[in-house]
Amino acid sequence: MKTTRAVESWTLQPLERFIYDTGARLTLIMTPAGQVLAQHGFTRAVDVMAAAALGAAIFSSTGEIAKMLREGGFSSLNHQGRRHGVFLGGFETRRGRLLALVVYGPDSSLGLVQLFFEELVERLALASPMQDDRRPILAADFERELNESLSSLFGR
Amino acid sequence: MNPRFQQALDGITRVGGVRGAMLVTADDGLVIADTVMEGVRGNAVAALAASLMKRFRRVSAAASVGAPHFLHLQADNGTLVVVPAPNDVLVVTIGSPELNVGLTRLVMMRAAEVMT
Repeated sequence: MKTTRAVESWTLQPLERFIYDTGARLTLIMTPAGQVLAQHGFTRAVDVMAAAALGAAIFSSTGEIAKMLREGGFSSLNHQGRRHGVFLGGFETRRGRLLALVVYGPDSSLGLVQLFFEELVERLALASPMQDDRRPILAADFERELNESLSSLFGR
Repeated sequence: MNPRFQQALDGITRVGGVRGAMLVTADDGLVIADTVMEGVRGNAVAALAASLMKRFRRVSAAASVGAPHFLHLQADNGTLVVVPAPNDVLVVTIGSPELNVGLTRLVMMRAAEVMT
């Protein structure tokens, strides 16, 4: 069963390659606001929405800590559990700043995720369309857009 | 770099044909200490060597032959040697195709003792 899906098709191939290389269990490509562009491994919409919101919040919080330390910002962070690790990384594309949230298990490692994250960033930067191509999201279209996004992400 | 690690790696890089030596965390595949020639992607080698070792551990467990003590990969343009050290550390060496693997293994095992 294919579990990698994208709302924005240009993200799909780089994400599939990243999953193949790292063996990551779950991955989200999203905006810093938590809007999901692509996902791998999630089977329920509610999990995607929760993970995206929490991931974006964590990244935003550490960004504020970076400001307090007068750092330019943290590019990535990793939480290591007993069996799983959670990696969060930010990067620039022509569509603006994006975040990747990656959950990996004992079959993978932080080193592998970091290594292939660099390649994912390069591939996404090359594949991303110009910012101007983006359609404005109007309030009237919001619910329809949301439903379409969920349908794309879960193939329903 | 920690002087003990430096000394351990220096012992390996003194062997003819060695292009780089590293101490790597076995679980994460991250570099603890390294001495590598320019052009060698240390972080890539560390991550992939640790991944390779993890898989070989599974292979040897499946074959009921115990834990691997030594991994030697001979490629067209070079040699990769991995020796597990205590405390979930790997000693990784990259060398030329003509590398003296026996001598390299010996100095890598000495380097591994540093991690006890």
